[in-house]
Amino acid sequence: MKRAAIALVLLGACSSEDPCADVTGPCIALTEGADAEEVQTALIEVEPGGTVAFGKGTFEFEVDLSLDVDGVTIRGAGRDETTLSFANQTSGPQGMLVTANAFTIEDIGFEDSPGDALKVLGADGVTMRRVRVEWTGGPMVTNGAYGLYPVQCKNVLIEDSIVLGASDAGIYVGQSTNIVVRNNVARNNVAGIEIENSFQADVTGNTATQNTGGILVFNLPGLQVENGTGTRVYGNEVFENNTPNFAPEGNIVGSVPTGTGIVLLAAHGVEIFDNDVRDHRSINIGIISYVPIGDPKDPSYDIYPTAIHIHDNRISGTSDRPSGDLGLALIAAVGQIAPNGPLVVPDIAWDGVVDPARAGSEPDRICIRGNGDADFINLAWPLEDTMLPTRELAPHDCSHAPLPAVQL
Amino acid sequence: MTRSRAALATVAAALAACGGGEDDCALPGDGPGVDPDGAFCERLSSYRLFADIAAQRPAAELVPYEVATPLFSDYAAKERFLWVPPGAALTWRDVDSFELPVGAVLVKTFSYPRDRRDPALGRRLLETRLLVRGSDAWRGVSYVYDADARDARRVVAGAAVDAAWLHDDGNERTNHYAVPNQNQCKSCHAEHDDVMGALGPKARHLNRPGPAGSGIDNQLQALIDRGALAGAPPRETWPRGIAAADPAAGTLEERARAWLDVNCGACHNPRGGMARTSGLYLDLSQTDLAELGVCKAPVAAGRGSGGRSFGIVPGQPDASILVFRIESTEPEIRMPELGRNLVDAEGVALIRQWIAQLPGSCP
Repeated sequence: MKRAAIALVLLGACSSEDPCADVTGPCIALTEGADAEEVQTALIEVEPGGTVAFGKGTFEFEVDLSLDVDGVTIRGAGRDETTLSFANQTSGPQGMLVTANAFTIEDIGFEDSPGDALKVLGADGVTMRRVRVEWTGGPMVTNGAYGLYPVQCKNVLIEDSIVLGASDAGIYVGQSTNIVVRNNVARNNVAGIEIENSFQADVTGNTATQNTGGILVFNLPGLQVENGTGTRVYGNEVFENNTPNFAPEGNIVGSVPTGTGIVLLAAHGVEIFDNDVRDHRSINIGIISYVPIGDPKDPSYDIYPTAIHIHDNRISGTSDRPSGDLGLALIAAVGQIAPNGPLVVPDIAWDGVVDPARAGSEPDRICIRGNGDADFINLAWPLEDTMLPTRELAPHDCSHAPLPAVQL
Repeated sequence: MTRSRAALATVAAALAACGGGEDDCALPGDGPGVDPDGAFCERLSSYRLFADIAAQRPAAELVPYEVATPLFSDYAAKERFLWVPPGAALTWRDVDSFELPVGAVLVKTFSYPRDRRDPALGRRLLETRLLVRGSDAWRGVSYVYDADARDARRVVAGAAVDAAWLHDDGNERTNHYAVPNQNQCKSCHAEHDDVMGALGPKARHLNRPGPAGSGIDNQLQALIDRGALAGAPPRETWPRGIAAADPAAGTLEERARAWLDVNCGACHNPRGGMARTSGLYLDLSQTDLAELGVCKAPVAAGRGSGGRSFGIVPGQPDASILVFRIESTEPEIRMPELGRNLVDAEGVALIRQWIAQLPGSCP
């Protein structure tokens, strides 16, 4: 430790590549060759409001790292220039765990963590900027679950980042409030971007492609924070998310059909507009309740999607190879309407499950309007004879007031 | 500029630490004690907690204690001591950890016996952890033993110690034993609202005889007799923790729940534990079967699901995610996440037995 610190001073004095060079305030520099002990010591001893700056190069860790000091910035020399590699990690369920407020991380890459890459738990103020998370072997079931993973956080900004290869969601924001996810790239993940059990989220300017599903807005039962509402998904490029689902069995994301653009599960107050959604083999946009998933065993959980507004999107491509259990439901419904016709799934599908107590409630309606020539199917789940699938879009010709922009 | 000042300060601190001089962190006087809010000492000996460190003979002011069901720690043996500042006392609570007075210290030493079948053959000391009740918050620190075990040095960023011992079956076992880093104290010791605290000193854990040789018939009564525990209700109302390892201590259900409470419940509880986001709650107060994992689908398990659909499937331990995770040694799968590399074979057997006889089924 002493030797390392002296070396650090000498480097700082002589090198033109001092990682702390343009940092104001207290800063601890870490240069290539720094081991887990040196890095973890810096993450413990950094002053509140200070910076831990990594130089160029690859830093390898066999253990997970953690930060519990408020106001800290972790930075590298660029998301492709500085890599934290967890390929040889033998302990710890994630690469890095942050449990501190006002946390910023920028210009750095995470590679090959056996579990989640970067988890932030219970923080107020999270900024992830120009971060790369990558599982370098491509989509594999052995990859870690989540890439960028704030959970039970407030005031979350994730921007200009890229996540490649997560076996669950690349960018996953769960049980959180006040969220902006913008201008990121999610590729080769099972779910590109997922907003789950969260309140007030803007998902915009992102590119989600070559995932199993592009963008997910989910509400799940049995959690401390439930029945999230208020997500805007707008101005995103969501295309060709046709990577075969490689989630480990038993995970809810494993039920996302290969070739899904945007899917809403028991979501509330969601506005989807001005997106380009195209070329998905199962479905471009899907809306489902929790009913086809199972029994939530949670009386406080609202299983029905409500107050959905899908408008002014550009949707194209032919969905003619739906997959998975939900894909089978699509096939069955399309077949009921046109037994002899070609199997082409409409652009937008809804499972058709309605809360009897809210049937006809104007604010709870699912509104679909102004999406060019995009077509539609109501699956009339559970496909009983009393109610038949329909392609009638007129019952959804309505609109809700625009949701407010998220203020960070 | 600021950076080089910080770096120089680091060098100065390192020099001071390694200079061989006396720590100026120790409390005045000759007795044991830890400055509740001051810097930690670099050497364990500076606190005068032990009359003989190598023999783990504590100072007279320390109270040795043990708990009904300990957390599994890779088969390491654990010796626990409590120190309370003179005149101060713990305050009784029925369920949660007792309130400890400022300055109180919990001392825990981890070691491997050379031969688990015969402790008299000696042991290898690994580390001693201190949990200190500061004025505003609890703080944790660990000391790793020197090769001669006569003293231990402070470790901030964690460490690994390669150790070997003869196991119960006479076979040699090895472990890349992990000493936690300072942040990781909080990963387990934060049952409530992200606030660090003690786990061991609970009424149900302490309501039992003291460690062998301590001469303590009942640990709670001993604390009361010393004037170190205030507010205790009548003795007949004291809760009694179940020793999960002892088949005679309780029913299968009671023993399994005791094991889950200690090994999982500090994180898996709805009151603010680190695993609160999972919706799986395994602390003793849990009565909702779904929240206990029965037929509960995972939320963020990833590979931790093991291809299984539910936390606990009644009657089917091999279909239960919980069993998959406590049997695994892979870092992103194993539970608990921290504090073990090895499998608690006896604990797993107990949980398997319990799940196997649970009635019902999952859809």
